[in-house]
Formats: sequence, structure tokens, C-alpha cells
Amino acid sequence: MNAYRELLDRVVQVRGMRAAMLVSEDDGLVVAEALSEGVDGASVAALAASLTLRIRRAAASAGFAAPAVVQLRAERGALLTVQAGDGLLVVAIADRETNLGLARLELREAASRLVG
Amino acid sequence: MSDTVRRLSLELAADPASLVFLELAEELRRRAQLPAAWKVARAGVGRYPELAEAHDLCARILADQGDRAAARDTWQRVLELAPQHVGAHKGLAFLCFREGDLPGAMPHLEAASTVAPDDEGVATALARLRVALEGIDALARGRAAAAVTAPAPAPAEAVSLVSRNGEAPESEELGPSIVVLDAHGMRLAGDLQTPSGASAGDAVAAHLAGVTREAARAARLLDLGAWQHVSAESQDGNLLVLAPTAETALVIVRPPDVPVGRLALLADQAARRARGWLAELA
Repeated sequence: MNAYRELLDRVVQVRGMRAAMLVSEDDGLVVAEALSEGVDGASVAALAASLTLRIRRAAASAGFAAPAVVQLRAERGALLTVQAGDGLLVVAIADRETNLGLARLELREAASRLVG
Repeated sequence: MSDTVRRLSLELAADPASLVFLELAEELRRRAQLPAAWKVARAGVGRYPELAEAHDLCARILADQGDRAAARDTWQRVLELAPQHVGAHKGLAFLCFREGDLPGAMPHLEAASTVAPDDEGVATALARLRVALEGIDALARGRAAAAVTAPAPAPAEAVSLVSRNGEAPESEELGPSIVVLDAHGMRLAGDLQTPSGASAGDAVAAHLAGVTREAARAARLLDLGAWQHVSAESQDGNLLVLAPTAETALVIVRPPDVPVGRLALLADQAARRARGWLAELA
């Protein structure tokens, strides 16, 4: 669990990141988390897993493999999810000041370490 | 070594300052001997750094090698040296097209057509590109109104750019890749194709109605404000969903080499046109 936490801590070091979590894709439960104050981890996990599942179904209907990265962009920030294998997602919440390109790279790095 | 290559090589050896390097490098490129072509062309650029034709040759070799970024930079250098260079405009149009940026290809083809009105390759490519863009514009002009009951025009039809020498067509097929749907998951216009070529517009529309609701809910509950778009990156392609209006959604799909940032720009353009079309329908 400490190894998971270390990976997530690295993600939240990106400026503007409010949360980084490891989430079970099927049921949206939190496996590990690194949260800023005021962030409801359980809600983030559930919403991220649900959105990812729906977009995965849409992608499958277009004949695409499961998306490796899903981003929800909104006025004041973004929700990012990255497939980490074994039914897990790395999930992050970023505010609008965040460098999303960097955040995406850190998430992919964390996911690849989890898979490895 | 062919007789032609041998003859040109001998000519260049006899007179290294000769412009025959252009012909030799082009002959090598045509024979797919790209490293050799590059070597000859680069040496020529070194000798004639202000010669637009030499840079154009390098750009075409880079494009053949798949290095689009370097090819683009080199063709832009050609236009700095010779703003009316037809080959550079055709090359840049080709690169735009390969990246799914059909509107971006238009000014280059128009410029090439102005300079070389008799170039059949340019005329053909321009005509096909206009047809492709017409499919997107039809959304705004209401021509696709019949799409509610009949197939919508394909927003990105096949476009081909004939190569400079007219021999090998530099072409890429873009199948249908945009769908507009209503809040109930019913397709209003456009279509999508799976990588195997099957129509998937209706199935994707049905699933995406749930995605847009989920996106709106997630953004609200996570205190992120109004949602703007959802993107998904897959090994088979990238997909982006946004809402042109409160009651509709638009999905755009492109190959995986089209970055999500560019996809968002393309989707914004399509959404503006869709809003116009939907306003006319209302």
C-alpha cells in the first residue's frame, strides 16, 4: 500500500492537482488515495469509474479497444483516468491552472509502474 | 545502379557545383533509395542554401520517411524563400490532410491553384477537399436537415493529393468520423465507421447519451463547473465528445496519431457548424 501511496504522492506534486487515487474499475471503490483537504475520495472514485465505464462502452461500439486515457474537461478543472491493468484506474482531479499534459504523463507513468 | 542514376552521379562528380543534384536526388527518391537521396539533397542544400527547390526536395524525402514535423518545417522554409512555391503548398496541404486538418489544407491548395491553375493534381485535390468540407458545412446550412430521416452527408470524405510528379498518389482515406446525436441517444446527422469499415453511428450515439449525462453529473458533483468535453485515447483511435447545445452531443473520431488537443479544436469547429444547423431546424 505504501508503494501505491508513493506513486500517487508523486502525481499530486504536479501543480494544481487536487487528488490522485487508485480505484477499482468495476465497482468504483478506493484502493489508495492522496487527497487535498475537502476532496471526497469516495465520490471521485465512483464518478470516475462510472464515466470511464460508459466511455469504454461507447468506444467499444466504435470498434475501439478500451481507452488507455479518459479526460473530462470542465470550466474549473479536469478529471483524468488512466488504465493501470488488473481492473484498476489511476484517477486524478486537476484544477484549471494545472498543466494537463504534464499531469497526463505522470498518470501514465504511475499506471505503467503499477502494471510493471 | 541504374543507367540514369549512374549518368547523373557521373555528371555531379564531374561538376559538383551543378544543379544536377536535384535530378539525382529526385531519381533516388523515386526509387525509394531514401538515405542516398537525403545525402545528395542535403549536400545540395549546403551548397545552395537559398535554393527553394533544394529545400523542397529535402521536405519530400522527409515526408517519404514519415518525419512529418521536419517535413513541415522544411516546407515552411521553402515558403520563406519562395512564397508562391507550388510544391511547398501541396506538401503542407498533404501534411494537414494526413493529420485530419481538412480546413488547414484548404489555403495551401488554393494558393497552389492560384499559382498553377493548370495543375490537374491540385485541381483534383482541391475539388475533393471542397466536397469533403461541404459535408461539414452542410450541417450549418441545413442541407443535412434530411439527415433526420436519411443518411447525412459524410463530413470528411475521401480526399487525395496527387504527388508532385503525378506518379504515386499520396492519398489517405478518411471515412465518416462525426456524429451529432440528441439527448436520447438518437443520431441526428453524420456517421462513424469502425476500424473494419462497418457503420457504428447508431451504436455510438446510443452509448454516448449516457456519457454526456455522466460527464455533466461528474463535473457538477466534483465542483468542476460546466463540463466542456470528454476525450478517450485508445490504440485504435481517439474520440472526443462535446455538447453543441444543451440537448445534443457531437462526437468526433480520428486515428490515434491525431492528438487530443487537435481533436478538441476540430470538434469545436464542427460544434459551431452544428449549432447553426440545429438553430435552423428549430
